[in-house]
Amino acid sequence: MQSIIRISAIIFKELKQLSRDRITFAMVVMIPLVQLLLFGYAINTDVRYLPAAYVDLSQTASSRLLLDRIRATQVVNFVTHYDSMVAAEQAITEGKVSAVLYLPADLELRLLQLHQAAAKTLARPAGHWVVDGSDPMISSAVRGLRLMPLQEDSKTITKTAVSFEVVSYFNPEQRTAVNIVPGLIAVILTMTMILFTSAAIVREREQGNMEFLITTPIKPLELMLGKIVPYILVGFIQMLIILALGHLLFDVPFAADLLSLFIITFLFICASLALGLLISTKAQTQLQAMQMTVFVLLPSILLSGFMFPFAAMPEPAQWLAELLPATHYVRMIRAVVLREAHWFDLGFDSLCLLLFSLIALSIATARFKKRLD
Amino acid sequence: MTDIVIQTRGMTKTFGQSIAVNQLDLTVPKGCIYGFLGPNGCGKSTSIRMLTGLLTPSSGRIEVLGYQLPQQAEQLRQRIGYMTQKFSLYDNLTLLENLQFVSKIYGLGGLAASERIKQLMGLYQLEQRKHQMAGSLSGGQKQRLALAAATLHQPDLLFLDEPTSAVDPENRREFWERLFDLSEAGTTILVSTHYMDEAERCHRLAILELGEKRADGTPAELMAAMPVHVLEVSGPGLRAIKQQMLRQPLIVCAAQLGSRLRLLVSDQQQQPELWLSGLLGPAYQIEQVRPSLEDVFVTSTGVGYAEHH
Repeated sequence: MQSIIRISAIIFKELKQLSRDRITFAMVVMIPLVQLLLFGYAINTDVRYLPAAYVDLSQTASSRLLLDRIRATQVVNFVTHYDSMVAAEQAITEGKVSAVLYLPADLELRLLQLHQAAAKTLARPAGHWVVDGSDPMISSAVRGLRLMPLQEDSKTITKTAVSFEVVSYFNPEQRTAVNIVPGLIAVILTMTMILFTSAAIVREREQGNMEFLITTPIKPLELMLGKIVPYILVGFIQMLIILALGHLLFDVPFAADLLSLFIITFLFICASLALGLLISTKAQTQLQAMQMTVFVLLPSILLSGFMFPFAAMPEPAQWLAELLPATHYVRMIRAVVLREAHWFDLGFDSLCLLLFSLIALSIATARFKKRLD
Repeated sequence: MTDIVIQTRGMTKTFGQSIAVNQLDLTVPKGCIYGFLGPNGCGKSTSIRMLTGLLTPSSGRIEVLGYQLPQQAEQLRQRIGYMTQKFSLYDNLTLLENLQFVSKIYGLGGLAASERIKQLMGLYQLEQRKHQMAGSLSGGQKQRLALAAATLHQPDLLFLDEPTSAVDPENRREFWERLFDLSEAGTTILVSTHYMDEAERCHRLAILELGEKRADGTPAELMAAMPVHVLEVSGPGLRAIKQQMLRQPLIVCAAQLGSRLRLLVSDQQQQPELWLSGLLGPAYQIEQVRPSLEDVFVTSTGVGYAEHH
């Protein structure tokens, strides 16, 4: 009974302080809002309108027609042209353009050969693309232009047989936002949850409140729980902001199974908060707490599968990523929101988060000493 | 538990190479206001933190209210109040919210808590400020709020770490009135200070320097036990006289107070007045005066507020 009174005292105090700290309170709402708008619109893996140049040595009607047809693909945007490859390569080095199309003087002849030879002989290609290959995404986008048909005339297009047909479930239009928005919840919650809790405890230490608090009969676990509960609420608010806006602005499906959504998010919030508490037992200042948060945040963005496919990482990196709560949550939230999975379909990830929370909370409670030395 | 509230034997705390508190033996009787007097860095705060169980002593035995520290610190916490040197309540909660928070932390709920808070706000004249943020209170109001919070659960033993360092003399006097009320009601109070006038109000004192106890007893005992006579000299050219006096091996200390020169003369000299008038000549008035606690402090600590041998 006394425990409950003490925990509720901490919860009420925390909520009151939060509601009076206007900047933090604004951040609770602004972080998901702004980041969603920013990332939802900005992150796009469909490469379009790459700045490109051409070197047209043939200067014929066919070459101009060909350039127009490439322009029409929207993959590249010809911003300029050069008279020689030397000048064009220099432009790539300087970063003015990402790709250069070289059309040789005998373009007409080559086109004719291609047209007549069809697939029978190894005809010479019509021209070359020179690409700044340092970004694989860009070079693969240009590489996609290799097989573009050269003639409009449908009769002459050589139909290559397809080995497999691909049916795209869940995101048929292949829009990046559909994948990004649910993952964004993981990133934003990782950041705010860890930072808020770690800072909430370290601040008390910095401002001298802790010296008073630890001479009272409060128990470490009571203090930890009291600090966690208000932020669970904050976490849910942020999740709802992201999902609702994602639905309105980017047409991301809203989870059909709300119970599953809340269960997995609850698990993830608990894991992040427990990690924040763990940080708070080590950090002496709010700046240190912030640095440690960033230490966790960066891998949570880059290794969790939020930015890059998890399966593409080498195995040791995957093991490492499995230690991050965000990895499990990215997997689960995408399953629940996009594939209408239920939380009990996701036993392994749920269990991982539960274990993580319990272990982190126990270590934090054990490490939190009601002493100054 | 009899009438001894705090008892330590050889209490020592080292931080790395430096010794903060060295072999401290303390005995604090029940109901007494016990002062720790000493300059900054003499180990007052460290001692209080060991006695509240916040710091683990490097060696020595500590018994507070019958509990062995640091092992039984948790049981002790319900029975002590601690007012930290720095204001340690929440700046962005109102005065009332702070007290309500503290009452819940001590497990006080409902009617009992609100009665007690009301009583304390009346006692410490905080009633009109109850909806003001604690961060915007004046030094004296913050200090009274901190005392109210520290005594909310009616502890048997109260620790005050330099409670009046941010407070004007008027508020300080008022504050001490409240401490005497608490003491009268049976609360034992341990207070640290570097103000002489404050130390003089304590029932008993321990003078600390560099982590060691130089003297302890009641202020009167301490004054009586001083091995010096205290005399004041007035007359012309006191600055020069002071230098001359300091060359005398029997003069322990010389300090100028306005137009008088206060001299502490070793009690090896049986008749200090005669001896001094012989030294100084007829142009000077010499009189023996009542010793002050500052004199005790100077003679017992070796470093003081005045020059000495």
